Amino acid sequence: MQIDFTQVPVPIPTPETEHFWAGTRVGELRLQKCKDCQSTYFPPRPFCPACASRSIDIICASGRASLASYVINQRSHPAFDGPYAIALVTLEEGVRMMSNLLNVEQTPDALILDMPLQVTFQPIGEEIVLPYFEPRVVRS
Amino acid sequence: MSRAAVAIVGAAETTELGRIPHMSQIQLHADAALNALADAGLSLTDIDGVATAGESPTGVAHYLGITPSWVDGTAVGGCSFMLHVRHAVAAIEAGLCRCVLITHGESGRSNVGRAGRGSAASSLQGQFESPFGGMGPTTTFTLPVLRFLKETGTTLAEMASVAVSQRQWAGKNPRASLKTPITVDEVLNDRMIAYPFTRAQCCLVTDGGGALVLVAADRAEDFPQKPVYILGTGESTETPMISQMADLTSSGAFKVSGARAFAEAGIDHEAVDHLMIYDAFAHLPLYGLEDLGFCGRGEAGAFIAEGNTSPGGRLPMNTNGGGLSYMHSGMYGMYALQESVRQVRGRAAAQVNDVEISVCHGVGGMFAASGTVIMGSSAAR
Ligand SMILES: [Zn+2]
Repeated sequence: MQIDFTQVPVPIPTPETEHFWAGTRVGELRLQKCKDCQSTYFPPRPFCPACASRSIDIICASGRASLASYVINQRSHPAFDGPYAIALVTLEEGVRMMSNLLNVEQTPDALILDMPLQVTFQPIGEEIVLPYFEPRVVRS
Repeated sequence: MSRAAVAIVGAAETTELGRIPHMSQIQLHADAALNALADAGLSLTDIDGVATAGESPTGVAHYLGITPSWVDGTAVGGCSFMLHVRHAVAAIEAGLCRCVLITHGESGRSNVGRAGRGSAASSLQGQFESPFGGMGPTTTFTLPVLRFLKETGTTLAEMASVAVSQRQWAGKNPRASLKTPITVDEVLNDRMIAYPFTRAQCCLVTDGGGALVLVAADRAEDFPQKPVYILGTGESTETPMISQMADLTSSGAFKVSGARAFAEAGIDHEAVDHLMIYDAFAHLPLYGLEDLGFCGRGEAGAFIAEGNTSPGGRLPMNTNGGGLSYMHSGMYGMYALQESVRQVRGRAAAQVNDVEISVCHGVGGMFAASGTVIMGSSAAR
């Protein structure tokens, strides 16, 4: 599966999400962590949705994740050259995000729930770098 | 003279006014909300009712981390918030919620993250979901199901049996769009839309409409039709982003909404004669049966596959044929309500014997919101 990165809908950052998109531009996956209750959350907002504290740290996620769920879309989309998985991945830090899966067959046989993943970054357009995920080799 | 039943105990505006280009519209809602809560000496966990216009109450509640048991998204322009106050008074008086937060925020000058539709490129969905190729409900509503199947041990064949069962009901209904019987194998081998969902497990796309008229129960006997009484109702929201469901195998909104409705009606599951669970896709009745408490964890798939919800089964469900076989115009909830009314009146095409209580459960968005209505043939509860 190939993605035509010129055809991907381009996010427009807001003041509350600018740190996230600044992070992806330098290869960091940034989350937020509450200084009061220690909860780590996503998507970005300048207060903790668990306890309403406005005392927040920006942290850099490890980039390690696992495959939580997915569908494989069969209909054509201008950014994808064939059937493609839309995935939900759970980061090591506990938050979940949507993404696509690169460098892996887009088939039920290849995409096994809970398989280890790692983040990888791809620029789309001038300003935005998107976080994608690919299989992670686990050393035993 | 009677005393007022409801009062305003917290009120505040955003920290800044004027030009606020460093805040998106939803953050303006949140900033005002946090300030009003501070004014009231309350925390977000005290709030169980959310009303707003301009943004969706689902979006505001999720952004603030609130699980509401009452929402109002009445949007009639600049006076919407006066209407929200009025509706909040009624809701609190009725016991639907205890503490209502009404929010407004509008990036009218700076136009930052200003919601037109939820898919605006600066909305949270636009930033964190849309880039990854979602193409509406078939690729988003369906996203949690592989996790559900794995966690509960439910099989693809059991999920396919939802479509089989509902086609059996549709076969008895002259107004149903699809009436030809189908088998589990035919469902599984139908054209793939978004793995693991085949066409037969996705709702129809049709045209139609429906309407309801409600009056006070003490007048209901004065009308030509047999009255259908509202015994209990529930509502809730979870998140406008499918990726942010707290648990991919269970709907938080279903659980809150269903439990409220059952508590208000004062009934247990054994009392239910007829059930509607909004089925935009075949997995929704699985989530619904489990989250409403009709089935234990992981039991809904086998329950349907064994025929318990089919004609002659002990819990007749989606007896019009459902969104999969009867019709689905986009916002199917009205048709589920119509079928519950027909069943309680005793005038459905595929009439179930002696329906005294019907539970009608709906979903909004992609597991974003939920509403439950329990109807009865008698006003007593
Ligand atoms: Zn916190």
